[in-house]
Amino acid sequence: MSAAPVPQPAAEHAPPTAPAGGTALLAGPRPVELRLLLTPPPPRHAWRLVLARMGAMCMVELQKLRHDRTELYTRAVQPALWLLIFGETFTRIRAIPTGGIPYLDFLAPGIIAQSAMFIAIFYGIMIIWERDSGVLTKLLVTPTPRAALVTGKAFAAGVKSVIQALVVVVLAALLGVALTWNPLRLLGVAAVVVLGSAFFSCLSMSIAGIVLTRDRLMGIGQAITMPLFFGSNALYPVSVMPGWLQAISKANPLSYEVDALRGLLLGIPAHLGADFAVLVVAAALGVTAASLLLGRLAK
Amino acid sequence: MTADTTPAPKAEAAVRCTGLTYSFGATRAVDGLDLTVEQGEVFGLLGPNGAGKTTAIRAITTLLPVPAGMVSVFGLDCARKKMQVRRLLGYVPQQLSADSGLTGRENVELFARVFDVPRAERRARVDEALAAVDLSEAAGRLAGTYSGGMVRRLELAQALVSAPRLLILDEPTIGLDPLARAGVWDCIAQVRAATGMSVLVTTHYMDEADEHCARVALMHRGRIRAMGAPGDLRAELAAQLDADPARVSLEDVFRHHAGAGLTGADRPDEGGDFRDVRRSRAAARR
Ligand SMILES: Nc1ncnc2c1ncn2[C@@H]1O[C@H](COP(=O)(O)OP(=O)(O)OP(=O)(O)O)[C@@H](O)[C@H]1O
Ligand SMILES: [Mg+2]
Repeated sequence: MSAAPVPQPAAEHAPPTAPAGGTALLAGPRPVELRLLLTPPPPRHAWRLVLARMGAMCMVELQKLRHDRTELYTRAVQPALWLLIFGETFTRIRAIPTGGIPYLDFLAPGIIAQSAMFIAIFYGIMIIWERDSGVLTKLLVTPTPRAALVTGKAFAAGVKSVIQALVVVVLAALLGVALTWNPLRLLGVAAVVVLGSAFFSCLSMSIAGIVLTRDRLMGIGQAITMPLFFGSNALYPVSVMPGWLQAISKANPLSYEVDALRGLLLGIPAHLGADFAVLVVAAALGVTAASLLLGRLAK
Repeated sequence: MTADTTPAPKAEAAVRCTGLTYSFGATRAVDGLDLTVEQGEVFGLLGPNGAGKTTAIRAITTLLPVPAGMVSVFGLDCARKKMQVRRLLGYVPQQLSADSGLTGRENVELFARVFDVPRAERRARVDEALAAVDLSEAAGRLAGTYSGGMVRRLELAQALVSAPRLLILDEPTIGLDPLARAGVWDCIAQVRAATGMSVLVTTHYMDEADEHCARVALMHRGRIRAMGAPGDLRAELAAQLDADPARVSLEDVFRHHAGAGLTGADRPDEGGDFRDVRRSRAAARR
């Protein structure tokens, strides 16, 4: 069954010298030559280590996307439907006060934030899958502090979300939404999406650390994503919400992400400073919580 | 057993466990384990399903806390100096754990990155690790397309890329066909000959243990029941049974110590839990 290129029994090539150890009855058929693998690499420390781990995790994400882009396409379907059906229809109805801009324009940043959140929420399920398959176990036996691993994963979620956001931005532009093409503002958009996704992926990884099984997490993931979405300003401005929903929306990081995206992409008034501050604090809290709970997955 | 308190020897042991105890709820998985792996040796940890081998390994690899007893790797306390210990370890867990969405090379590259291999050296090091396990040609393929034996060798490459001083392998040949098993052991033997690293390995195959391990420990219900060179253990049992030493196998020694309990009637609550069995099946399927 093994399609492996089983080492050829080229015993003639093996030098008849006894191996250095005392045990091996079995002189290898293929003498291996090791130069670099004789010395361990020099350790990195502190922030350089954390940066290196973030780089490593993001690299894995990009490599996986390069091998298999189906997820990128399938995940573009939902935002496309939201923009195309919900957006176009409500633009006609003019039922939602948007401060003078077409509803589709108002909606587009909300849908970008939503699709980024959906990707990030998936990370909890992914980390449980990685635990079950041994990938996580092995990473936990490398010189990677839990916090660095979680930060790495959070930013990998951010990178993936940015790529997804790009797809939605292009979709929105095709539908005629007047988005900014100012590179500085787009950089700001990327930063907002990364921070938001870092928070939501950590939220999901924290829950994973509490519930520990994939089935339970799937249920919870389903149960929280829609309330997070509807309990935010993604679809309608805070001003039209009933009081209780306004309170929820105020506590929901997604609202701040959407507000910042609207400000940056559409150039409408926003609270960029406060939005960034909330997102940075939320992401930091998320990383802390997920790092503390990650150990439960290792047991 | 090793109840005496001998003064510390000159060379630090690769692994030293004293009185290691670990419980999952009411299940005492490891119960006062005393174990020493000397530098440079291949040490086999044997025992029936649920004996506590994986749990002991997870304590040594810093994955579990050490609630009772002491575990050290090259003299470093595994409960306190986790980061330093991890830099000395290469670990291949019981499940097949290569990332199927990445190529073989990318899988090894990831471990080069997380062990801080400098960028200038990374490619050459990864190449060397892949060559050492004979996967240079398949390195560009997704690991999801590998056979079980190839995945195991890929995992060896992942573990070797950081030049570990101690390689810990949890059932490296589980679910593999005989040729693939031999391939995995070839890789281990060759790299060990070249680097002189220590190896701690668990296996259910007594013939493998007999052939490749300098010393073995038989573990049952969380405790060591017998320890020594396979030949010595065989000779001991032969003398005890008054049998021809040539006809006593390590499997007989295993039966003798893990004993009648192996039929299952004797141990209703033990044996690898469901998750273990599922994992081994998954491993066998790939
Ligand atoms: N995460 C866990 N939660 C609860 N019990 C566990 C857990 N892991 C292991 N155990 C229990 O601890 C005992 C020892 O398990 P362990 O996996 O260490 O055995 P093992 O010797 O590695 O067995 P195998 O040969 O099947 O791999 C078993 O009774 C098992 O059911
Ligand atoms: Mg085990």
